[in-house]
Amino acid sequence: MSDITAKQRMAIQRQPMPQRDGLERCKDFDEVNTGYDLETAIKEAQRCLQCKNAKCIAGCPVGIDIPGFISKLADGDVAAAAEILRSSNDLPAVTGRVCPQETQCECVCVRCKTDTPVAIGYLERFVADYARENNLEKPKEVSASTGKKVACIGAGPAGITCAGELASMGHDVTLFEAFHKAGGVLIYGIPEFRLPNKVVEHEIKNVLALGVKIEKNVIVGKTVTIDQLFVEGFDAIFVANGAGLPTFMNVPGENLKGVYSANEYLTRSNLMEAHRRDAETPVLRGDKVCVVGGGNTAMDAVRTAKRMGAATSTLVYRRGREQMPARVEEAHHAEEEGICFEFLTAPIEVLGSDDGWVEGLKCVRMELGAPDDSGRRRPVPIEGSDFVIDCDMVIVAIGINANPILTQATPDMNLNKWGYIQANDDLATSIPGVFAGGDIVRGAATVILAMGDGKKAAKSIDNYLKTL
Amino acid sequence: MYKLVDKRNLGPNLTLYEVQAPRIASSRKPGQFVIVRAFDHSERIPLTIADVNKDTGTVTIIVQTVGKSTAEMETLEVGGGFCDVAGPLGQPSHLDNFGTVVVIGGGLGTAVVYPQAVALKELGNKVISIIGARSSDLVIMKDQLGAVSDKVMVTTNDGSEGIKGFVTDALQQLIDNPDMNIGAVYCVGPVVMMKAVADLTAKYDIHTVVSLNPVMVDGTGMCGGCRVTVGGETKFACVDGPEFDGHKVDFDELADRLTTYQSHERHKDQCRMLKAADKIKE
Ligand SMILES: Cc1cc2nc3c(=O)[nH]c(=O)nc-3n(C[C@H](O)[C@H](O)[C@H](O)COP(=O)(O)OP(=O)(O)OC[C@H]3O[C@@H](n4cnc5c(N)ncnc54)[C@H](O)[C@@H]3O)c2cc1C
Ligand code: SF4
Ligand code: FES
Repeated sequence: MSDITAKQRMAIQRQPMPQRDGLERCKDFDEVNTGYDLETAIKEAQRCLQCKNAKCIAGCPVGIDIPGFISKLADGDVAAAAEILRSSNDLPAVTGRVCPQETQCECVCVRCKTDTPVAIGYLERFVADYARENNLEKPKEVSASTGKKVACIGAGPAGITCAGELASMGHDVTLFEAFHKAGGVLIYGIPEFRLPNKVVEHEIKNVLALGVKIEKNVIVGKTVTIDQLFVEGFDAIFVANGAGLPTFMNVPGENLKGVYSANEYLTRSNLMEAHRRDAETPVLRGDKVCVVGGGNTAMDAVRTAKRMGAATSTLVYRRGREQMPARVEEAHHAEEEGICFEFLTAPIEVLGSDDGWVEGLKCVRMELGAPDDSGRRRPVPIEGSDFVIDCDMVIVAIGINANPILTQATPDMNLNKWGYIQANDDLATSIPGVFAGGDIVRGAATVILAMGDGKKAAKSIDNYLKTL
Repeated sequence: MYKLVDKRNLGPNLTLYEVQAPRIASSRKPGQFVIVRAFDHSERIPLTIADVNKDTGTVTIIVQTVGKSTAEMETLEVGGGFCDVAGPLGQPSHLDNFGTVVVIGGGLGTAVVYPQAVALKELGNKVISIIGARSSDLVIMKDQLGAVSDKVMVTTNDGSEGIKGFVTDALQQLIDNPDMNIGAVYCVGPVVMMKAVADLTAKYDIHTVVSLNPVMVDGTGMCGGCRVTVGGETKFACVDGPEFDGHKVDFDELADRLTTYQSHERHKDQCRMLKAADKIKE
């Protein structure tokens, strides 16, 4: 990358992500972003200044060598770029699509000072996709067998990452997954138009190719307990069963027909493929749909409803646009797709017909008051501002709680007051040999933080196994 | 794949499947259920575990053929198998020695309540079983229940066997019998039947347990689709149940929620309890 000057680099504008037209794409489940071509990707890669003290790396929860892979890409060596990516990230095609880059690597990129950051996420996605499609992926090296057995519970991003890391260290790893399919939220939650299942499946296949075994339909805590896994001969256990217990609003009418949790709605449409009309699993198709919440889950649900044929699909959020925790790109895409937004609005009742179906969502307007503990200004209802949104379906996406199945069956495990597992800096729990990470420790967080936990836990487990 | 080792017809549209699932066989307790998918494209269907054999590592489920999913399951043959069997799910039954217990099964519920009868008998209870069906040919598990019961009563809507009427008629007879001191009632069947039983026993303050069958997806507390109102609180039947205190369940809400997918042609399955209920009402 020596034949191009800093000045020339600075002159290149950020390359926009090619995407399908908003009103066209909201009729199907094909991906919104279509990805860079090689030429565009190299051009974008040339914008990277190859900083000596690259801030972007520190911004990445798994510490990807960002200037390293971008430099290989700028040279046109995608295979080498892919290898660098994979050395610190087992799921680059996933994270390139779903990471909140705007609050991680890209927001600290030095180019933010002068114009716009390098499109690190788009480049990550490009490299992973291009390597997959052109058979340029090199399998990771696997060390000699250590003879030690590790169980990873939950095949979401945390469990998969930890399993992959441990397998490449030479340990004998089995993933235990409650569902009939691996992937966690990546498969049952995040919709096809944002993260195609075949992309996830391919990355999981790469991890399994390292020798990781998987047992599906195993609900740890029910099918088998942590204690029994030790009896079966596992030397250490990583718990990454996600959060996954949906929270409801606790307002009247919430059990009417036509009220879904986002988890149920998305599981039906993604995992059970109810978005296909010929699927066995049914899902309601609302004409006027309200989705309550402001995170990625809410955004996925509201855009899925539109694609399932809703004439109006409305997001109802109690704070303002700036406070929405969803990825900025998703909010932007939702707008392009004609999603309606009711900000500073909170539901107080779901209205129903005589035969028990949703007929409307009664809401109250909010204003932002004094900051709460988290520093965010707390929304407070404006008295007398009640109004009704006409709708036939309501999807609740206001957060999740810790799923109690595993922890109830593991009384020795210390939990915090919300039921999440307590883990120390090394992700060790109160039970010797049991480690935990991802959403079951952090509460609802992100894919990349879960993956970061998986990597960290793998190191801790490796150290622990050496003491045995 | 979960190998099918035995398949037997138990009556009209009623099939017993014995499936290889060693982990489930060794951890299951009475009252728990599994979620199965016959094929890779199938829905996830919750089914009560009727019996297990820890030695052979098999699980027995009894399925009523009502909709497309269960009809497709019928095509499975011994030697082949189920795509997925996950479990055991839900809380085990809270069984105790109540003295005299009345175990009531309506329709397919008779198969569901059978393992409770076995366990209650083992705990030293005097067990009286009531089987309710529309007509004689739909009375199932009479011999099996008979083997673990001190007495079996049958009620049919058309009077073709036993008492003509409903299970509540038989239960009322038992309640009216001064020698009969009923400690508890276990009841599984269509929603209207469970409601009628709970309404009756509430009058006499008899502890009554019902097993609910709402629509489910994951069966692990992840979707909330199975939520029911019990004692004014929202409970997830798959995690907190499926058994609840019959005097606290909001049966009307449950019956109504069960109609959610009635118009979905392929979804007759999850509405089977309701359909059966309608038949009984007729
Ligand atoms: C709809 C939606 C959209 C999201 N969008 C984004 C996004 O754009 N970007 C982002 O960074 N994050 C996003 N998130 C958050 C992100 O998906 C999670 O933070 C992340 O998946 C957590 O990973 P995990 O491995 O801890 O758990 P999960 O992904 O929840 O995986 C846990 C796995 O464990 C299994 N399991 C549960 N209990 C048991 C048990 N007892 N025994 C065995 N297995 C069990 C589950 O079936 C599941 O497969 C989104 C979340 C949702 C719901
Ligand atoms: S901070 Fe930006 S410019 Fe610097 S190395 Fe990272 S991506 Fe390149
Ligand atoms: S079936 Fe999904 S929470 Fe009970």
